[in-house]
Amino acid sequence: MADLYYTEEHEWVRVEGDIAECGISNFAQEQLGDVVFVELPEAGREVAQNDECAVVESVKAASDIYAPVSGEIVAANDTLEGDPGLVNSNAMDDGWFFKIKLSDPSELENLMDTDEYTVFCKG
Amino acid sequence: MMNNEGRPTRPAAANDASSAPDTFSGARALEQHEPLIFERSNPGTVGVDLPDAPDAPSRLGTLARKGALGLPELSEPQVVRHYTRLSRMNYGIDTGLFPLGSCTMKHNPRLNERMARLPGFADLHPMQPVSTVQGALEVMQQVKHWLSVLTGMPAVALPPGAGAHGELCGMMAIKSAIEARGEGDRRRRVLAPASAHGTNPATAAMLGFTVDEIPENERGRVDLKAFEEKLGPDVAGIMLTNPNTCGVFETDIKAIADAIHAAGGYFYCDGANFNAIVGRVRPGDLGVDAMHINLHKTFSTPHGGGGPGSGPVVFSEALAPFAPLPWVTGDGDSGYDLKEEASGDAAESFGRMKGFHGQMGMFVRALAYMMSHGSDGLMQASGDAVLSANYLKARLEDVMSAPYGDGPCMHEALFDDTFLNGTGVTTLDFAKAMIDEGYHPMTMYFPLVVHGAMLIEPTESESKEALDRFADTLRFLAEQAKAGDTERFIQAPRYAPRRRLDETQAARKPILRWKPEAATAEAAE
Amino acid sequence: MRYLPLTDHDRSDMLATIGAKAIEDLFVDVPNAALLDTPVDLPKAQGEMAVERALGRIAAKNVSAGSVPSFIGAGAYRHHVPATVDYLIQRGEFLTAYTPYQPEIAQGTLQVLFEFQTQVALLLGMDVANASMYDGATSAAEAALMANRVTRRESIIASGNLHPHYRDSIGTLAEQTGFGFDTGAPSPTGPDIDALIAKIDKTTSAVIVQYPDAFGHITDLTPLADAAHAAGALMIVATTEIASMGALTPPGEMGADIAVAEGQSFGNPLNFGGPHVGLFACREKLTRQMPGRLCGETVDAEGVRGFVLTLSTREQHIRRAKATSNICTNSGLCALAFSIHMSLLGEAGVTGLAALNHARASQAAERLNAMDGVDVLTPAFFNEFAVRLPKPAATVVEAAAAKDVLAGVPASRLWPGVDGLENVLLVAVTETNTDEDLDALISVLGEIA
Repeated sequence: MADLYYTEEHEWVRVEGDIAECGISNFAQEQLGDVVFVELPEAGREVAQNDECAVVESVKAASDIYAPVSGEIVAANDTLEGDPGLVNSNAMDDGWFFKIKLSDPSELENLMDTDEYTVFCKG
Repeated sequence: MMNNEGRPTRPAAANDASSAPDTFSGARALEQHEPLIFERSNPGTVGVDLPDAPDAPSRLGTLARKGALGLPELSEPQVVRHYTRLSRMNYGIDTGLFPLGSCTMKHNPRLNERMARLPGFADLHPMQPVSTVQGALEVMQQVKHWLSVLTGMPAVALPPGAGAHGELCGMMAIKSAIEARGEGDRRRRVLAPASAHGTNPATAAMLGFTVDEIPENERGRVDLKAFEEKLGPDVAGIMLTNPNTCGVFETDIKAIADAIHAAGGYFYCDGANFNAIVGRVRPGDLGVDAMHINLHKTFSTPHGGGGPGSGPVVFSEALAPFAPLPWVTGDGDSGYDLKEEASGDAAESFGRMKGFHGQMGMFVRALAYMMSHGSDGLMQASGDAVLSANYLKARLEDVMSAPYGDGPCMHEALFDDTFLNGTGVTTLDFAKAMIDEGYHPMTMYFPLVVHGAMLIEPTESESKEALDRFADTLRFLAEQAKAGDTERFIQAPRYAPRRRLDETQAARKPILRWKPEAATAEAAE
Repeated sequence: MRYLPLTDHDRSDMLATIGAKAIEDLFVDVPNAALLDTPVDLPKAQGEMAVERALGRIAAKNVSAGSVPSFIGAGAYRHHVPATVDYLIQRGEFLTAYTPYQPEIAQGTLQVLFEFQTQVALLLGMDVANASMYDGATSAAEAALMANRVTRRESIIASGNLHPHYRDSIGTLAEQTGFGFDTGAPSPTGPDIDALIAKIDKTTSAVIVQYPDAFGHITDLTPLADAAHAAGALMIVATTEIASMGALTPPGEMGADIAVAEGQSFGNPLNFGGPHVGLFACREKLTRQMPGRLCGETVDAEGVRGFVLTLSTREQHIRRAKATSNICTNSGLCALAFSIHMSLLGEAGVTGLAALNHARASQAAERLNAMDGVDVLTPAFFNEFAVRLPKPAATVVEAAAAKDVLAGVPASRLWPGVDGLENVLLVAVTETNTDEDLDALISVLGEIA
């Protein structure tokens, strides 16, 4: 079972080994409304925690996605280009955005777990 | 990441298809669905009669066009009918009350159209010798004079093509002035309220400034303390709309102007709401350094479905030397001239920002409007605009919710969606129900600082009877929403040329032009 | 005041409802010292007849281009606008509508924009076009910014034969925002494509070139596009005379990535330079980096085809500081006029009008070239060309104007102080010029030059 974390920017991070798969939470996709476009980072790019590295757009809003952790982008979910609706229909799995090879696993300690995030969303 | 509010952009399927029988033609009397012009082609016809070309050798060489363009062919009556039918699917000021906040949709006098079409104005080439266009330059000087007196500002730049272009003009002058002082590397930050028009931060960012948002206080004005805390030696200026986008006058305007000047910055005023104060308050008396004026708002040049506009900028003495080219100079005695180069008096101009000399056609219209009103009529017009907005506010505030409703508003009344809490009806639904009632909706979801914002600007063009009918309608809708008649709202509009449109599909799979293949598929329907 | 429907009686009733005594009470938030109590020092209200008379007198001080033989082009062209165009754009439902923010009651404007975008794309041979910009020069400036965004580079190269207003509209932004802008010297005998190619390197975001150029030259731009693309740069093509596209290979077929143009020639009067209508088109893959409004096709809740503004997240009202441009209001009504004129012309009309312009210009060039001391400098052109006169062109133009002939634009007005241009005159000929106009031009040049 992989470890699941959340950020205050409503991103989720699922860690398996040294690879962190990232996307936006169900709460976030509901707030955004129908997602119509996702701009993803290219593989190979080095990102620091909190760097802007993707954009998710609904019809009336565009939101920056920040890297939840530092490391190298090793994959981006190209299927979102043709089917951005996956972010709405399956935010936590098929609607993933990118994968980062962790350079500093200790950063995960700053993030929330599922229970903390649930409380955070209610706040 | 949640910097904006999502709202439904894909309608649920309509569940109330009319029980009226379909017509064979698809039309419903005067409501006629009109195909694309490309689907109307009647090959072999033409809508113009051209004389034969004289015999002359071709000079096109290898660059002569080889393929067809793919344009449809129609005769004149077919073209007239196409556009007439399309026009009937539009709502304009001529149709009814158009309370679009921040947009000043006032009556567009046809005299102005007639004046702009005089051959002595419309049929003038911008590169004609200056000796042959003295009357055109006179119009431009007169427009400058009127705007200068009305704003109490010494200099006027005519080139900008619309409001956002005017903002760019004003901010480029500010940037030039800062650079002339040798502080260009240091002053990189521009302050703007969170309630600002999107064009403000977009303009500042275009010029490489960072935009620092100032919060509102509980009265819908700039939080003076928060503003003062943000001042510093790296601040280039403030961009502020006044009256602001919450529909109220910035009571601390003088203190803000003084503070920004003391900090070495400039005061850019977004003049989109000038209609509230024209003829009554001169921005120059409030410490403004630059302000654009939307001739297509305050001075009634038609919006034309999205333009053209015109955005002259008035400048203080400090910024006047940096005004864009060309400059119109001279007077009736010495003759008028055009200064097209950055030399002499204009040596410090930041340069050109558009082709030719500005939106002449709009200058003529605006001048006709100003002359018709005169100084007395303009004062009455701004008074009536403010009176009408306050009247609507007074008639609606018990059934709707006005977030900054304590004092009077200016020329627009701001409501939020608190009154719809628990009804299942959103601002969007409410707006769409207004369409069914025969009104263009107000500005919705702007300013961003108010939840579910509804910004109502009636302008001075409405009679009391029209205002009353409008207020009665909104009262009815507010009461229906509270009474649980949600279907009325969620299904709206029912009676418009189209039901709610699927914006999600439009953005996910953009179709931005007609293509022949699509036409073939459509034809099979 | 006939525009104000409220009576004094209405005003007092309304004030009573509000709970105020006078309109002035509603301005309590304005600092007292700034509130005027009497009208400013400007003329008082005037009736319709008086305004008409006053403005009519000012208009009469101008020499309208149609009242004399006129051969002025240089970025604005006098074409015949069919009566139908002006009638239709004055329908109140078009004239007095706003930007189509409520698509259910703006399908007229939206469908026109969709058709306009298609017409512009077809003319320029490009994939997609937007719903218009202010004018050709501002379109060119926006194209430069867009090329910088697309390539993530900051260096624009411009041909010396780019219209100076287009050059300067880009140059002002370059200076103000700090991107590189390299522009060559004007060359009346033709653009030096090889020199432009030699300037392109790995830092170049785009090369911008005018077609037909500011001296009227038409040149195959394919080699320039190839060189730009090989370096990872874009080619931007600017056209000031959109009517030429009825006769010429369009920019899209020569490798243009962005094509911008002034659209005034279709449907719009000269208007002393504005309002005109900027056209902006590009390759499909660059769509999301475009400035300005875009109209797209969709369906409504009953499945009926309809149109909406789309891809709005590029724009200032949503993206604010991160928008692709700050543009909001564009040239909607001018775009409508353009579109109606295009519809009237159709395929046969657009190509026929272009052929007529070209034939008339070609005829004029032959006759001018036959004059003693006059040389046509533009071998391949559409409807505008450069001639070298035996005297300074500015003097000749002034003298001709005194004899009621608008002979053209002296190159020295567009490029002041540039060597070798003093005697160069730009001459434009359109379908509106008659044989008598040409006779008058030849005759007056014969007398003066």
